[in-house]
Amino acid sequence: MTASSLRQRAFPPHWGARAAFVALALYAAYAFAQLDITAGRLAIGMGEAGRFLGRMWPPNFARWELLLEGLLESLQIAVISSALGILLALPLGLMAARNLSPWPLAMVTRGFIAFCRSLHYVIVAILFVKAIGFGALAGVAALTIASMGFIAKLFAEAIEEISMKQVEAIRATGAGFGAVLIYGVLPQVASRFVGFSLYQLDSNLRNSTLVGIVGAGGIGGTLFAAFKRFDYDFVAAILLAIIALIFLAEVISGRIRALLR
Amino acid sequence: MNALMREWQRYTPAERFGRWAAYFIIVLALVWAVRGIEIIPEFLTDAPEQMLDLLARMWPPDLGHYHPAVHQALIETLHIASLGTLFSFIFAVPLALMAARNICPYAGLNALAQLLLVTSRSVNSLVWALIFVAIFGPGAAAGTFAIAFRSIGFVGKLLAEALEEISPGPLEALRATGATNSHVILKGAWPQVAPAFWGVALFRWDINIRESAVLGLVGAGGIGVVLDDAINFFQWDRVATILLAILVIVILAEIIVTKLRARLI
Repeated sequence: MTASSLRQRAFPPHWGARAAFVALALYAAYAFAQLDITAGRLAIGMGEAGRFLGRMWPPNFARWELLLEGLLESLQIAVISSALGILLALPLGLMAARNLSPWPLAMVTRGFIAFCRSLHYVIVAILFVKAIGFGALAGVAALTIASMGFIAKLFAEAIEEISMKQVEAIRATGAGFGAVLIYGVLPQVASRFVGFSLYQLDSNLRNSTLVGIVGAGGIGGTLFAAFKRFDYDFVAAILLAIIALIFLAEVISGRIRALLR
Repeated sequence: MNALMREWQRYTPAERFGRWAAYFIIVLALVWAVRGIEIIPEFLTDAPEQMLDLLARMWPPDLGHYHPAVHQALIETLHIASLGTLFSFIFAVPLALMAARNICPYAGLNALAQLLLVTSRSVNSLVWALIFVAIFGPGAAAGTFAIAFRSIGFVGKLLAEALEEISPGPLEALRATGATNSHVILKGAWPQVAPAFWGVALFRWDINIRESAVLGLVGAGGIGVVLDDAINFFQWDRVATILLAILVIVILAEIIVTKLRARLI
């Protein structure tokens, strides 16, 4: 046996994977053509990007009061929508858990949860803006729907993974349904539930800086207005403030998570 | 005997204090938020009526509107999401290699890669879309770049984490044979992270399908443009058709991803 045939056997070519890579490359070329993205257009874009960045620098914090007001409103939207979403997700998650609730109810609840999650929160925000008017309330409603769907799904999955032995033991003592929930189910899922809630608060904070783009309150409205007026130095200031806020929130929630462990 | 009679408590006083402090902070934050937020009572009281009115205007959906306008926009959305995901790999893979401490031993490069990945993740795809619309002008190009730049941080971070968890044995074995760095990565690291990478990529593609549906609201192409037009003209039956189309494509994408993941991993 020659050396080259031994090397061949050590790492045999994976034809399936290679074909998949070629297919992806072909698709990319086709999609570039379909979307009309050409080298010339990219070159023009690079020049524009330079001008754009030039106009963003230095960030203009002169209107810091407007900025702070928007950020605080975003924070309020995030807090309220997380609280409402979590409260609504508790019964929904329980109803969707196939090991504790009767299956027709579980199926219907699952469908409802999937529906809540499949529409993007910005689209939901548009609908609420049309239905209940401009302002923070529409943002709260939209983010509540999104949080509800997300937490209820994770909560239902957490409940389905619990050990039924403890539930049976509590049932064997003659406990009612409420007592089974409090002593048999809750202790098994509480810590994970706190984790989901914290994560959701974090992501609601990100999302609440955005729903303003469609008029649903928060810093997003200020950002969109600044973009439309080509106030790019103010845009830079808002973006820096949002990134700082999100980064701070991530650090704090990381600390809390470390404490809980 | 007395020792047995004493009352047991689950938490130490410090833990109980911590719990009460946490509850207190949560309540305080809620009270502050509810008092501070601007709620117009008239809007709140007629909200149910307005919602019903909106739903009544949406029904029945104008399904005739689907072809060709909505269909073409939907295909464009799919291209934006898929191409954006593919495009993000070009930056995400090198950045992940740079960020993984066991692959790249230079602390400065690790920190730089982490900073770039965090920046990419902190800016929402809609905000990226605003930026790229300012750069490329309205259209699908801005949407594709927005999706790509948002995905870099997500894919890069998860891939870097997967890289840091790999077993060092195969890498050492390859190095002992005198393999170069690129061979070590290709034959030692890649086979260990490939399933994680494709899992992450599929997951991000699924998210991108959802996100690319709204990019059109700021002019970055896709089905959002059609949605925005229909809303601005108050053609609610058309809005219903578009929302149904988005719903179907999002659910289909989720089913495809679940099936593919089950086969890959």
